[in-house]
Amino acid sequence: MSTQQQKPNTQETPEDPEMKGAESPQQERLKEKESDMVDETSVDESELEGDTVLIKVFRYDPEVADKQEPRFDDFHVPFKKGMTVLDAVMYARDTYDSSLTFRHSCRQAVCGSDAFFVNGKQRLGCKTQISELEHPVRIEPLPHQEVVKDLVVDMDHFYDQMHTVEPYFQNEDTPDASDLEEQRQTRENREKVKMSTRCIWCGACMSSCNIAAGDNEYLGPAAINKAYRFAMDNREGEEIKEHRLRILEQEHGVWRCQTQFSCTEVCPKDIPLTEHIQELKREAVKKNLKFW
Amino acid sequence: MSQSYNRGLIEDFGRWKEFSAGMWAWIFHKFTGWMLIGYLFTHIAVLSSALTGPEAYTNTIQGLESLFIIRVLEVGLLAVAVFHILNGLRLLMVDLGIGLDTQDKSFYASLVLTAIITVASVPTFMDGVTI
Ligand code: HEM
Ligand code: SF4
Ligand code: FES
Repeated sequence: MSTQQQKPNTQETPEDPEMKGAESPQQERLKEKESDMVDETSVDESELEGDTVLIKVFRYDPEVADKQEPRFDDFHVPFKKGMTVLDAVMYARDTYDSSLTFRHSCRQAVCGSDAFFVNGKQRLGCKTQISELEHPVRIEPLPHQEVVKDLVVDMDHFYDQMHTVEPYFQNEDTPDASDLEEQRQTRENREKVKMSTRCIWCGACMSSCNIAAGDNEYLGPAAINKAYRFAMDNREGEEIKEHRLRILEQEHGVWRCQTQFSCTEVCPKDIPLTEHIQELKREAVKKNLKFW
Repeated sequence: MSQSYNRGLIEDFGRWKEFSAGMWAWIFHKFTGWMLIGYLFTHIAVLSSALTGPEAYTNTIQGLESLFIIRVLEVGLLAVAVFHILNGLRLLMVDLGIGLDTQDKSFYASLVLTAIITVASVPTFMDGVTI
């Protein structure tokens, strides 16, 4: 189901914090924070010109009558050097509209919860500098996933695909722990899987993929990369590698990839996804080629 | 695997202004591939006029080649074929895992080369035809 097709009508949110009604301790804190901000910007005003950014944020909530029709809300956020997209939406939420909903946690590109569709591209909110974007900044939920509310999308399908490839280490004969023996991996092998281990399950790649959009069963770049991480790890045996390749070479596995490079382009952890998918395609072919 | 929602394609192509090199390469490759298949059928149709006799074949060819629009279409066909071949080679390299970091540049190179070859072919294709 797509939510991007409807024509949103722009609406200015009230910027007056007085309109928020009764004051809770939280709100008082927020007001304080805001007055801090205002102070800082007024100090800078002499040097800085145009020190606010306009962000247009997608709003939708099936449970609230006037938000059932998707729309964009405008927020004017004071710009600070080093400000990220996540900082901007957090400011908008804390200052103007506490109902603005989005996921975030680590604020350092580790947890993978704040992938948004920013100015037409899947990006991690906390890793995207406002200063690098064209203004106004348009912030939408990830395409191709059902929107639960505002910038929050349903990630269940993405997680399902991730689990399909059995994303965990499988090796029956691990060395005896009581002997304090280690299960070694060569430096070369570690280098080989290094990039693939960096995935933070943000879903940006899957959302950017045109094939995944049309084929709901396609494993998608992140899941295939996850499989690569284990299939290429030489601490796992040949047998389990074959098992992994059998999952990957299914109809909706690696062969769906048409090398559009969209996933590689958006991955916030710079994982060479297309390269990994292509390598697994070649592995799958090698496994099946018999010259007799 | 879950089958939770039916995601549409329309919104993707509505965002064509935001497509990157790899996506354009994919679209052009699909398009040119199917154009070439289409040409194959018209090609067979023209060739099969030879079944009626040598005269019919000569007349068909001469009739077609005297038309300005056919000459323009021939230039277009060349452009389509050249792009498909060059980008096809690029895709073969991508399949072999070669030059994945420069895939966007090889796509632009395919486009530029196609343009040069197409322009260079115009005098040949347009030789001796009047509008
Ligand atoms: C030297 C000549 C050619 C090369 C190197 C070449 C290369 C390729 C490659 C690599 C693909 C696969 C693209 C992918 O990975 O998705 C492809 C697809 C295709 N080619 Fe070619 N090709 C050539 C000539 C032709 C000709 C002469 C025709 C038509 C008669 C043709 C029609 C197609 C079609 C219909 C597709 C599939 C497009 C789709 O995926 O829907 N190609 N070509
Ligand atoms: S591969 Fe990259 S884009 Fe995809 S889920 Fe992992 S970190 Fe996100
Ligand atoms: S908030 Fe954790 S990745 Fe952005």
